[in-house]
Amino acid sequence: MSSRDTVFASVRRALGVTSQEAPRRQEVADRIAGHPRGVIPARADLPPAERLALFKDMVMAAAGTVDHLPDTSGVPAAIAAYLRARNLPMSILRGQDPRLGDLPWHLQPTLDVWVGPSNGKQLAGLSHAFAGVAESGTLVMLSGPDNPSTLNLLPDYHLVVVRAEDVTGNYETVWERIRAVYGPGTMPRTVNWITGPSRSADIEQTLLLGAHGPRSVHVLLVGEVA
Amino acid sequence: MSVHITSPDFKDNAKKALSDAPLQQALSKVGPGFIGRRSAAAGLLPEFDALRDSARDIKNHMLAHLDLYLERYEAKVKEAGGHVHFAVDAAEARDIVTRICKDLGAKTVTKGKSMVSEEIGLNDHLEANGITPVETDLGEYLIQIRGEAPSHIIAPAIHLNKDQVEADFRRVHTHLPAERNISEPTALLAEARGELRERFLQADVGITGANFLVAETGTSIIVTNEGNGDLTQTLPKAHIVLASLEKLVPTLEDVSQLLRVLARSATGQEMSVYTTFSTGPRRAADVDGPGEYHVVILDNGRSGMLAGQLREMLRCIRCGACMNHCPVYHAVGGHAYGWVYPGPMGAVLTPSIIGIEKGANLPNASTFCGRCEEVCPVRIPLPKLMRHWREKEFERHLTPAPQRYGLAFWSFFARRGWLYRPATRLAMWGLSLVGRGKGRISSLPLAGGWTRHRDFPVPEGSTFQAQWKARKAAEADRAGGRA
Repeated sequence: MSSRDTVFASVRRALGVTSQEAPRRQEVADRIAGHPRGVIPARADLPPAERLALFKDMVMAAAGTVDHLPDTSGVPAAIAAYLRARNLPMSILRGQDPRLGDLPWHLQPTLDVWVGPSNGKQLAGLSHAFAGVAESGTLVMLSGPDNPSTLNLLPDYHLVVVRAEDVTGNYETVWERIRAVYGPGTMPRTVNWITGPSRSADIEQTLLLGAHGPRSVHVLLVGEVA
Repeated sequence: MSVHITSPDFKDNAKKALSDAPLQQALSKVGPGFIGRRSAAAGLLPEFDALRDSARDIKNHMLAHLDLYLERYEAKVKEAGGHVHFAVDAAEARDIVTRICKDLGAKTVTKGKSMVSEEIGLNDHLEANGITPVETDLGEYLIQIRGEAPSHIIAPAIHLNKDQVEADFRRVHTHLPAERNISEPTALLAEARGELRERFLQADVGITGANFLVAETGTSIIVTNEGNGDLTQTLPKAHIVLASLEKLVPTLEDVSQLLRVLARSATGQEMSVYTTFSTGPRRAADVDGPGEYHVVILDNGRSGMLAGQLREMLRCIRCGACMNHCPVYHAVGGHAYGWVYPGPMGAVLTPSIIGIEKGANLPNASTFCGRCEEVCPVRIPLPKLMRHWREKEFERHLTPAPQRYGLAFWSFFARRGWLYRPATRLAMWGLSLVGRGKGRISSLPLAGGWTRHRDFPVPEGSTFQAQWKARKAAEADRAGGRA
């Protein structure tokens, strides 16, 4: 008997089941197909503008920073200003996301924009989030050539564009949107939820920012919601 | 790191821990830090207790249908191009991981924090096979360079102070200038970041644990604050996930419920910094990510726990709240428990995995104050389960002779109420005579183990039974008065 069979036999014996019981199979199939929501905190159940305000507050509570821009045309200038203010090289790495590619980069001739995954050598990375979650100020990033996962983790400064209409109240709404894009039961290779910059409290419980991931997370929130 | 078990020596371990000054200094910070942060986070979320009920119900449902969710999970991982391996015990899990590493010609592996890895003693086995494991969580890195086991399930190096960390870094990072200043935690963290960055980029294989496995999608999830486990599973050629059976969760919605209670219970954060959901290896168009994805699902005694009341222990999501709130853990730290899982959750889980013969001391290392159960995010009745193990210990005659005689002596009286009542009155009178005027007793025959470290309080008032009787009589009077 293979180890797989041994483990399954042992689980079935302990539960007193055969795995063939129709009602049990139905219950499991229904739960997966219906994926019922449980308790959703009322905190983020807000009108759109207030939800956006909560998102910004929660990002900052997690030690992130936020720039709220009226539209995408101002993103390159905001990035240039961010890098300049921190005395960083005028250089940033991004993925192939056309929403980033179509930005008016020519307005910032001194800013070098590179495209590709990170190999750990770049100080600043730029990604486009799939969603933001107001409940906890969490950014939802999907892997792929548009926004390689390495950009979320290796650069010291991670800049993230989030569109106002992509800011949801809770995580459950994000799962619905991911299912709408990828189909039920299917996920991109990696989904990174990011809530503020990397940190550790492993030395004497002293909380310090900048452990292995980015030391700073800067959100470029674009647009308004009606 | 080692899986050497010293749980049978708990009493000696505890004695040593109580007189270990640096350890006591480190432990003094555990309670104040964790307890306050958890209660602040819980207070900020009105739905926190409702979410705990929801988390408990999700885990109960999953455990009752574990066979079916395992089938679904396995099918979804395969559909995404990944591999699932089942391991009956620790030895088999070690062999599977080693074989995958060897097949890939791996020389170094980076590791995210994994308690299952500690449980199976993976690092020693990899080293014995010529593969270098590099722990990347700062706390795990510290204990790896010290050759120690973790003393806490979410803060493995909580027993250390910064001077010890500095000394270890100077001992191990000999290629760095000796005159550098690393006296402050910020400098120590920066040094660890620098040291480990190259290791992340060079590693052939990344090994992580899993906080959850999602049956709906075939996804493994890790939760970190440092980003280390996330780099570990993103950069190398292959990602190996080590997870025990009970990490299954039905759906993404279900896991969102559990994530809402996990960080709040553990560190008091609204949400941990990184929650990474991995499903299979890199896709055709991907420009980064691991080329291979393996999940090793470990049983190691857990399927047997499904049958009885220990099933409740399998709800555990490893937040550490029980040990953060445990007066015994605060006093002796995690190493005294003698294996990988300390505190109240360890006192229940350890005997289940290594056997009650070796683990009998642990369920006794409790005052039954009940704080662990009060804070458990999945409402595991930890005192009840410790009592279960104490009963098993007694049934199997593993209880030490003096304790058995003591219990027999007590039960002789307890079973004879007409003797018990005067005997307890007499004992109280005797104790108050000994502690006359001071309200406490600093040395007591047969109770030296207690009075060496703290005073024994003198009983006050009358016996419990006398008080109970008086109370009932008063209630009857009041009821009579109203009628």
